Amino acid sequence: MSSVEAPTIRKTALHAVHRQMGAKMVEFNGWDMPVEYPAAIGCGIINEHMAVRTGVGIFDVSHMGDIRLAGSEALAAVQHISMNDASRLAIGQAQYSALLYPEGTFVDDVIVHRLGEDEYLLVINAGTREKDFNWVRDNTRQFDCAVENLSDDFTQIAIQGPKAVNLLQKITDADLSVVKFYWVTRGKLCGLPNILMGRTGYTAEDGFEIYIPADEETSARVWNEILAAGKEFGVVPCGLGARNTLRLEGKLPLYGHEISDTINVWEAGLDRFCKMEKPEFVGREALEKAKAAGVKRALVGLEMTERGIARDGYKVLDAAGREVGYVTSGSPAPFLKKNIALAYVPVELSAVGTAVKVEIRGQGVGAVVVPTPFYKRPKKNV
Amino acid sequence: MSYPTDRKYTKEHEWIQVNGNSATVGITDYAQQSLGDIVFVETPKVGAELTAGKTFGTVESVKAVSDLFAPASGTVTEVNADLATAPEKVNSDAHGAWMVKMTLKNPGELHGLLSSADYEKFVAEEAGH
Repeated sequence: MSSVEAPTIRKTALHAVHRQMGAKMVEFNGWDMPVEYPAAIGCGIINEHMAVRTGVGIFDVSHMGDIRLAGSEALAAVQHISMNDASRLAIGQAQYSALLYPEGTFVDDVIVHRLGEDEYLLVINAGTREKDFNWVRDNTRQFDCAVENLSDDFTQIAIQGPKAVNLLQKITDADLSVVKFYWVTRGKLCGLPNILMGRTGYTAEDGFEIYIPADEETSARVWNEILAAGKEFGVVPCGLGARNTLRLEGKLPLYGHEISDTINVWEAGLDRFCKMEKPEFVGREALEKAKAAGVKRALVGLEMTERGIARDGYKVLDAAGREVGYVTSGSPAPFLKKNIALAYVPVELSAVGTAVKVEIRGQGVGAVVVPTPFYKRPKKNV
Repeated sequence: MSYPTDRKYTKEHEWIQVNGNSATVGITDYAQQSLGDIVFVETPKVGAELTAGKTFGTVESVKAVSDLFAPASGTVTEVNADLATAPEKVNSDAHGAWMVKMTLKNPGELHGLLSSADYEKFVAEEAGH
């Protein structure tokens, strides 16, 4: 308790590989992570972003955490701590969900995977790993269910883009053609047996996330084999910069930005992942009250109509110049070639077409509320 | 990367090329590389007064917003209008894609700036951190 520890920055098993490739590294939630790879190898945020929209890119996402719940009451435990309905999951299926505080605000958003009859895997955010694990453990004590923190057991690599399936199929014996979006499979991958592969991601594109042993040698070998196998598809390594612009175009929330412990489900517009017909889950009561009381602010998409880029934390002003809200995430959108943002504004100003301003360096710059997601991937005719 | 010897440099990564009483200002190759894909350049209007060491504009990459600092005091005589529509030119040719031209108020201010060799040493140290 009394020992004073210097804040250490954490590294994934692929850290040396990123350095070797010349990646620009940044601290992200206590992790030293690649933000982008060098222009000299065809990278940079814009090229990485475009590769994922049109071909394939790979990301080291080992900083994400993993919590396994297993036991005869694992389903009841997951139902209690998450807002989506896990009873709908078949074995091998996954769903987007969230862990809520009793106030109806967010502990974190998660992907819940049902791996077996009584076995679930929650994939959680890097910045909230310890908090999430403690929270899950403390809130599931009454269930016959073991809670394990597997966060350090895996190197997690995301392979994303319309060509991701073609790339991954070259290095695994699992038949990926039968794996639907938000389903998982297992198979041999780069010679490693029984590797978990989920058709999930954070790019608003088709793709997979794979979970391999976390030792440096295996991690580096698989990373390099993926890059080699993807050469014919123009694969590039991608950093957190492109990950952010890709998820923003798809309006996928980021903890600490669109969702947090002061924002509730209704404000965040995540209603369709929150199953109020479930009789009980942490946060349900508060959400019922919040709905009855009326939702005051809403998360909207903005597109800049005048020259300027909205950034995280910038103020949103109404037409008269009064401060009415704030930008949660803002950036140029490399694929859409527009300057876009997500922002909280009063419900009265949330209708598509409403003109607002974003304060940039003291000036109100024109923007308009637009439909979201900004980007939707084209439907494939399968 | 070699830095042209026909100009001087600031520790904030601007370059200034002096020609008599006037000068041309841009950002260095090191700066463009650190910023990444540049998508926005905002410069003051012709006639604006710049003060050495003070901000006079903004350059933004996909990820970051960065201030431009005036290497010297003076009056803006021309801005590079190309950069409004093609800011990526700063990435491809940082030492050619100038941002403003100005007349110098006090050329003596330039003595405090870095030579090409000193700037190269400075960024090597900065990059090493």
